[in-house]
Amino acid sequence: MEETENQNIKDSANSTDNEYGTHSFKDFQFKNDDEEIDENNKGTTFDLISLKKKFRLSEFLAEKIITSVAFLSIAIIILIFIFVFRETMPIFFNKADKKSNVENVNKPEEIKQERYVLEDTEKSEEVKPERYGETTDNYSFLEKGRETSLKSETAGHEGTISISNLLGMEWQPVSNNPRYGLLPLFLGTLKLTIIAILFAAPIAILAALFTSSFAPNWLREIIKPSIELLAGFPSVVIGFFALMVMASFFQDLFGYSTRLNAFVGGVAMSLAAIPIIYTVTEDALTAVPNTYKEASLALGASRWQTAFFVTLPAATPGVFAAILLGIGRVFGETMIALMATGNAAIVSANPFDSVRALSATIGAEMAEVVFGDTHYSVLFLIGSLLFLFTFLLNIIAEFYVRGKLVKRFQGAES
Amino acid sequence: MDKRKLIDTTVISITGLMALSIIVIILIIMIVIIIGGKNYLTWEFLTSSPQEGMTKGGIFPALYGTVLLVIIMSIAAVPFGTITAIYLSEYANPKSRIAKTIRFAVRTLSGVPAIIFGLFGLGFFIKFIGAGLDNSLYSGELKWGQPNILWASLTMSLLTLPVVIVSVEEAIRTVPIDMREASLALGATKWQTIRKVVIPGSLTGIMTGTILAVSRGAGEIAPILFTGAAYYLAHLPTSLSDQFMNLGYHIYIMSTQSANVDETLPIQFATTLILLVLTFSLNLLAILLRSRIRNKSVK
Repeated sequence: MEETENQNIKDSANSTDNEYGTHSFKDFQFKNDDEEIDENNKGTTFDLISLKKKFRLSEFLAEKIITSVAFLSIAIIILIFIFVFRETMPIFFNKADKKSNVENVNKPEEIKQERYVLEDTEKSEEVKPERYGETTDNYSFLEKGRETSLKSETAGHEGTISISNLLGMEWQPVSNNPRYGLLPLFLGTLKLTIIAILFAAPIAILAALFTSSFAPNWLREIIKPSIELLAGFPSVVIGFFALMVMASFFQDLFGYSTRLNAFVGGVAMSLAAIPIIYTVTEDALTAVPNTYKEASLALGASRWQTAFFVTLPAATPGVFAAILLGIGRVFGETMIALMATGNAAIVSANPFDSVRALSATIGAEMAEVVFGDTHYSVLFLIGSLLFLFTFLLNIIAEFYVRGKLVKRFQGAES
Repeated sequence: MDKRKLIDTTVISITGLMALSIIVIILIIMIVIIIGGKNYLTWEFLTSSPQEGMTKGGIFPALYGTVLLVIIMSIAAVPFGTITAIYLSEYANPKSRIAKTIRFAVRTLSGVPAIIFGLFGLGFFIKFIGAGLDNSLYSGELKWGQPNILWASLTMSLLTLPVVIVSVEEAIRTVPIDMREASLALGATKWQTIRKVVIPGSLTGIMTGTILAVSRGAGEIAPILFTGAAYYLAHLPTSLSDQFMNLGYHIYIMSTQSANVDETLPIQFATTLILLVLTFSLNLLAILLRSRIRNKSVK
């Protein structure tokens, strides 16, 4: 029996394995040599083998390689953190070595000035807009670089930019007096997200309730794959559809003036959010133990009462997670935002005004920006904020919600 | 009693209507795009280059670039994704902290917005690795430190990695534990069992994962916006350091940035139709394969 066992291994292992196998044999396991020769001693050697785990190089290597590859996902997350943040660093710290020649010409005072500005940002910020808004209106593109560097000596635009500039209400990165107010972009994204979730959440949650509680099997077999197919629609296709068809349709319907606006963008984004909200909600609903429903029905509740007052409340953490993930999806959605929202950074409460989303700003402006300058760093800062935000949403959805759901059902299942 | 039943039916129909509305939306999108694009769709459209400032001609370079991107991406993403899935299901103790962290990382990775991958590709692949290669191998000459198809594909492979991991792991779990135990009982080692029993048993799952990844990679634009996609190229990419055209990027540029949007409208619809048909059929295939795997595991 032991002989066949060895034979088996040799047959099944390919040549490289065999090499490694015999190699390890000789080097590490002298006892095994005896085994192969002394066929009479079957009983005792068998015991030895079963008690001691053989060392095999191929096994060892396979396990180590597979384990290290598995760490890749963690490594990627960490690398994303490092490299997206690395490019935003120039905003917060002066990088003297990265400055271009123009700035290096007039070093001494500049450094002094910048330090002054860093210490006293708000003061310079108050003065700045009026002073430069009127004087530096029509410089050619080539002169701009020189101009900004001149300005930076007094206004502190070089390398670092002040916090109050970032918190401003204007996003005008390409001008003689660049303003990097992130607030309108943030509010724009928020507006889009609210509109999208207001559409997506009720549709997706009710549809999930339908498939998990009411739908006959054959209908479920149609609805679930269809929603998977919707998830597979490229966002550029949804964006194109919104841009060409939905925008005109809604304009005719509501009669507003700007064709591309937050409403169109939000509705288009809800198409991207529906599949994820649906899937996670559906999972949570099917995880609710049947005993809950049976108890409710036995007490005389009707089917809809059971679904709405027993199943849905029991799955609340899951539904909450679904909405969070949907928000994350909409928040980071780029192509639809680029194509269907109009991309004008207007701050207003009107859903029919154009908006400019954070993600769309990166997508639209990164291609035209000079590597390493302030605008570039600010775009990376937006990226870091987006990444942090979605990361936090994921953490909340993961630990808080999942933990709660598991705890809630533990009693029922056992 | 009748009133009660009426309310019950009404509420159930409302939820059913919501589910139905999703299907209707999908159908509307597809029908509108098919109607808009079908007249322009010819064999020539697929095999010729854009002409006269994109107002005439076909989309062959964009199609070619997309296929190339997807192939390089799969070469990078599928092996790594499969190995991670094997680790998670075969080696890792599901309750260990490491396995939990990896799972969390995979889920996080699938939730990271696509545009962030684009930024990462720019910061890491192009400006760190690419520029580093240029400095050390080409003495500062610009070759790898700029957007190209290799960096775009690798960026895309990061995005599709979780897709592969999730579907391969699901498939591996459907390989019955008895088969593994039988193999181990016959004296095969763990790695031999994985190679000869687990992987062959989950080949369909690996294929499903690849198909899903390909469909995702063909449709996403945000990661390649500034890592390699080009608006128009006179030549097809011949080396890994070339830029490339891409179907989705083509649609985006034509519909938002081109000077004569109306004139190119049929081309836009036709291109969108091609992209939609491509991703739709791939997804359909993946869904069918997956339902086959699930049915097998039920038996």
